[in-house]
Amino acid sequence: MATKRYLLKNGSLPDGSTSDVLIADGLIKNRAANIIDADAIIIDVKGSVLLPGLVDLHTHLREPGREDAETVLSGSRSGAKGGFTALSAMANTSPVADNAGVVEQVYRLGQEAGLLDVFPIGAVTKGLEGSALSEIGAMADSIARVRVFSDDGNCVFDPLVMRRALEYIKKFDGVIAQHAQEPRLTVGSQMNEGAVSAILGLKGWPAIAEEAIIARDVLLVDHVKSRLHICHVTTAGGVEIIRWAKARGINVSAEVTPHHLLLTDELARSYNPIFKVNPPLRTEKDVMALREALADGTIDIVATDHAPHSTESKECEWSEASFGMLGLETALSIVQKTMIDSGLMNWAQVADRLSTAPARIAGYIEQGQNLEIGARANVMIINPGASWTVDRDLVASKSRNTPFHGYELPGVITHTFFNGTPTLLNGVLVETGDAR
Amino acid sequence: MRHLLSISDLSKAQAISILDTATELARVSDGAVKKLPTLRGRTIVNLFAEDSTRTRISFEAAAKRLSADVINFSAKGSSLSKGESLKDTALTLQAMGADAVVIRHSASGAPQRLADSEWMLGSVINAGDGTHEHPSQALLDAFTIRKHLSKGSPDLVGIRVAIVGDVLHSRVARSNVLLLTLLGATVTLVAPPTLLPVGVESWPVKISYDLDSVLATVDVVMMLRVQQERMSDLFFPNAREYSRYFGLNGDRLKLMSPDSIVMHPGPMNRGLEIAAEVADSARSVIVEQVANGVSVRMAILYVLLAAQPLEAGSK
Repeated sequence: MATKRYLLKNGSLPDGSTSDVLIADGLIKNRAANIIDADAIIIDVKGSVLLPGLVDLHTHLREPGREDAETVLSGSRSGAKGGFTALSAMANTSPVADNAGVVEQVYRLGQEAGLLDVFPIGAVTKGLEGSALSEIGAMADSIARVRVFSDDGNCVFDPLVMRRALEYIKKFDGVIAQHAQEPRLTVGSQMNEGAVSAILGLKGWPAIAEEAIIARDVLLVDHVKSRLHICHVTTAGGVEIIRWAKARGINVSAEVTPHHLLLTDELARSYNPIFKVNPPLRTEKDVMALREALADGTIDIVATDHAPHSTESKECEWSEASFGMLGLETALSIVQKTMIDSGLMNWAQVADRLSTAPARIAGYIEQGQNLEIGARANVMIINPGASWTVDRDLVASKSRNTPFHGYELPGVITHTFFNGTPTLLNGVLVETGDAR
Repeated sequence: MRHLLSISDLSKAQAISILDTATELARVSDGAVKKLPTLRGRTIVNLFAEDSTRTRISFEAAAKRLSADVINFSAKGSSLSKGESLKDTALTLQAMGADAVVIRHSASGAPQRLADSEWMLGSVINAGDGTHEHPSQALLDAFTIRKHLSKGSPDLVGIRVAIVGDVLHSRVARSNVLLLTLLGATVTLVAPPTLLPVGVESWPVKISYDLDSVLATVDVVMMLRVQQERMSDLFFPNAREYSRYFGLNGDRLKLMSPDSIVMHPGPMNRGLEIAAEVADSARSVIVEQVANGVSVRMAILYVLLAAQPLEAGSK
């Protein structure tokens, strides 16, 4: 089946140089100045930045179980719109992805959607209950080839369970992605514990509950010489522990979400649960520490923690509402706003933090290839000089729970190519099959 | 002013105005005919999603003395206990033409959700939300303190208040800290460290863990109720120990300065945070707080509703 050829003219590469890029046969066919190709569809991308397709290590696709909030297909659309060519489907579905059957189902749904790679994450423990190990080996050997394991939503709290899981996954170079939340310190917690929670009378989620688990687990992973990834770091203290661990040579990586790079717990003053998320929004001091850590590499990647929720689970009292917010379609704009426009990072670092590094951590070998000739043509294009206004009624996700509704954000994503096929063309989603 | 959600909504002048209005309205309550026609034709809904007999009947009495129509909508036996959402309840009240909703809710911020939503248009009055605020209680407490101790001054400048007990979970404490300091009083919170919120250091108050050392230095001792469920959640070793360090008993009453008063928002745990001999002593103004509650709630309804003209077409 012949696919169309695309010639991207005069785009800016992550390193700042200008080049043409030819996409054909699913690959980056050529990368040079003044490419001429009579058969190619020419797209003028002067002034825009070409990045390797974004890779999310933390996505809630809700299928199976909560197809009213998101499906693998709608989440794939949302991802393509946000410039992603790979998502990692978290295991907290219903039923839980703790066996080969569920991860293979999610993997197949991703292939059927065909808009990007959907890599299932397997649960660490059976039913996310934190006591018995899930079928880790069977998931690793399945067609989904699971390498990342996480009980996200829950912390693998029992230190013995965590130790055994870290040891077991060494067999196939897996990684445990820990949701760091000491459960006894966060019973019923609603928001960051501090000056704002004291006034609002909402139960606090102390920073120490995250930091205590990070500290324990970097020591554990050092002891058993395995690989640890810390999900959604939110605190300045957590950053300090990871910085210390990396300086000691401990094999730990970490992620930050876009929302934790921008929003603070002051937003809870509205009692609008659109700002309710787990881990919670922290203070300005934490936000600044997270930005600095992302820039200096202490935090390796940005991951969205895209968490779709139905309208009714947010249209209620704060304490009744679900935790979580949409992330895929706003991620790169938030990163541009907080990291590029502030002068903390350049586009090459963005390519690393949102594509190359997450692909490396998760072992997604055909992702994050940085636009080299011969690589799979997973490419996204952003016009950093343009801006857009977020409208929750215009999202591709099935849910509307974006905390950025009404925000004017920099950076308009115009194109996404997945294996050489456009999934987003001039800002419009290309449905499966349309372009082939 | 359309809603009363938090004391932080009020300026000092507005707070004093409510207290002054309450003083005027108290005369009605003392008269032979306890009723004013001010809110005739207005519908006020008492939406009590959490049990509270005393606050509900206080608001009900206040509304009736201003001739409003009162509908009581309480948790037990209503749609609220059958899982109806706050949104659907609000839409129902709007459809019934409620001019104001007095809401008591176990979730902090529920009144603000109601006020900020487009679900209903009437005034929202917070009658206690979770562990957040209880502004009408603070206003009646300030009213009671002013009556006893302000010597004719409209505010509370120079008056020293100790608030004693479970500050962490107390909406009464949060509203009182805001209002009493707004009115110029000095507030000392007295509690075991486990029952003070992290972040309290940013409040405009003094903190003490030692009740005995505070008693002689204040004009008002406001005791907070200790909820039964705190007993089993590691906040203090046991009820006896709590009572020994933070209970107001006869011996401690003797440490208090002359003319100082004892307050409690009720309902009291006699023998736990307050001894019977203290609750029933001459220093206690606890029963008077209840009476003042009606006048202050009349004033709140008056300020929020009577200032609005009746719309054409409404009865």
